Amino acid sequence: MNIVVCVKHVPDATGDRKFEDDGTVDRVGVDGLLSELDEYAVEQALQIKEKLGDDTEVTVLTVGPEQAVDAIRKALQMGADKGVHVTDEAIAGSDALATSLVLAEAVKKLDHDLVLCGMSSTDGVMGVVPAMLSERLGIPGITFGSEVELDGDKVKIRRDGDTATVMVEGALPAVLSVTDQTGEARYPSFKGIMAAKKKPVETWSLSDLGVDAESVGLSAAWSTVESTDERPPRSAGEIVTDEGGTGAKALVDFLASKKFI
Amino acid sequence: MSEVLVLVDHVGGTVRKTTNEMLTIARRLGEPSAVFIGQLSDEAAGVLKEYGAEKIYTVDPNSVGPYLVSPKAEVLAQLVQSASPAAVLMSSSAEGKEVAARLAVKTDSGLITDAVDVTAGDEGPVTTQSVFAGGFTVQAKVTKGTPIIAIKPNAATPEATDGAGTVEEVSFSVSDAGKGAKLVGVEPKKASGRPELTEAAIVVSGGRGTGGNFEPVEELADSLGAAVGASRAAVDSGWYPHTFQIGQTGKVVSPQLYIANGISGAIQHRAGMQTSKTIVAVNKDEEAPIFELVDFGVVGDLHTVLPAATEEVNKRKG
Repeated sequence: MNIVVCVKHVPDATGDRKFEDDGTVDRVGVDGLLSELDEYAVEQALQIKEKLGDDTEVTVLTVGPEQAVDAIRKALQMGADKGVHVTDEAIAGSDALATSLVLAEAVKKLDHDLVLCGMSSTDGVMGVVPAMLSERLGIPGITFGSEVELDGDKVKIRRDGDTATVMVEGALPAVLSVTDQTGEARYPSFKGIMAAKKKPVETWSLSDLGVDAESVGLSAAWSTVESTDERPPRSAGEIVTDEGGTGAKALVDFLASKKFI
Repeated sequence: MSEVLVLVDHVGGTVRKTTNEMLTIARRLGEPSAVFIGQLSDEAAGVLKEYGAEKIYTVDPNSVGPYLVSPKAEVLAQLVQSASPAAVLMSSSAEGKEVAARLAVKTDSGLITDAVDVTAGDEGPVTTQSVFAGGFTVQAKVTKGTPIIAIKPNAATPEATDGAGTVEEVSFSVSDAGKGAKLVGVEPKKASGRPELTEAAIVVSGGRGTGGNFEPVEELADSLGAAVGASRAAVDSGWYPHTFQIGQTGKVVSPQLYIANGISGAIQHRAGMQTSKTIVAVNKDEEAPIFELVDFGVVGDLHTVLPAATEEVNKRKG
């Protein structure tokens, strides 16, 4: 079985995230890391490999600037086998549609029975790339799995929605996206960190994929950001300390003053 | 005026409030046409008409089959072809965003998700999004194809106005590619009797500070007619189901009033509630970062403050 895990290198959410003047996310001047939600996808890939044995190969795929290779490294340290880094100046500023186009062409070049993704990135948080990949590759999209089961050539998931929980299944090859409910992602072991140094990472450009540079990047984006404004910090409110019931009364007085009661 | 397609968000045929919000927004952009996939009842058609739907496209539920999301995107793609709408709106839920994603690829159109507002610009709809855990506000627009916009709950106040509500049946059959992901089981969520979390006007939530006892949180919520939410710490501890998790990896809520109890206010949680209109917190730790966000805060033990507050609320309601 060949598993391709698509991962994203994102700005650290606990750091200072900001925009460039052209409305794109600043990815160079900030600390980046493997998107936390993609760690769950890597974990599921590794669990499948452990179940099926060593002829299963886990390839980590990312699209992004030079430093995005760090996201691949982290996944290799966790236990993935090899990496593919698609990088090209023309990709900068790509939206989800262009990113999914590049990912789809890269997946086509790799042997793939299962394409695994996190539920969304932690920066753009759209959660649309897995569905776009399914659409572009013409294979089933089994999305937002909170429990995953591989049954022969079928993948089955439990999907917890707002109004119902549904069970979904589809035949391989398929795109599968998983949520943080699938189970905690492992930390790289010392052995894993050492082993990752020897694992191969290939670097591909757009021409390696046969993707026209004009069809991706900021100028080809399907949507445009008109403005980005930092939200003014909330002005500090009133804080009271509860002393023998005064807190509850003050709280209810506040709610009443705002007409919530 | 061009049509604006609104994919109706409904649960078993009952139209959700988000649909009325989307129809209200659609009227700013053109003539709203509701797209109802499922069994359309007179009651549902009445609601769509009441909120301004000029047309209601329906699709025979049997033609859609037991498949996940793809057929809905195929129906919309067919209508984009036939009606050339000014925009397509859907709910910014997991399912809505997936429909949007597939439709964008099918029609080679741009999409914007998580819109908290939409206005009619000179060159098509302009959306507002709240990004980076509510730290930035972004205005954007689609520049290619038909604008596809997934809209978050509470993006508009639903305004009733009478539409023609002309029902038009669309003939449709699912492509083979649309049959890839099959629904093989459904468990409807048990009704809690409380409002749905993302739609609620008031949300009362609990975190690590509850110590696993959500009773004080639930009772305050019930006195205020609010939904109950939980922090990731509480969910990871197994104290409250994941469907109620608020934060980056859970639901993002934007109610009129948010009351955080025993929640420290880590960035992951703030991402899910920072755009709430009024924020109140109760926490034992006066240093908790949540107090930087609040309009009103109580430094105290939620296990004594909340029951007393609940009693006081119930008394004042008389």
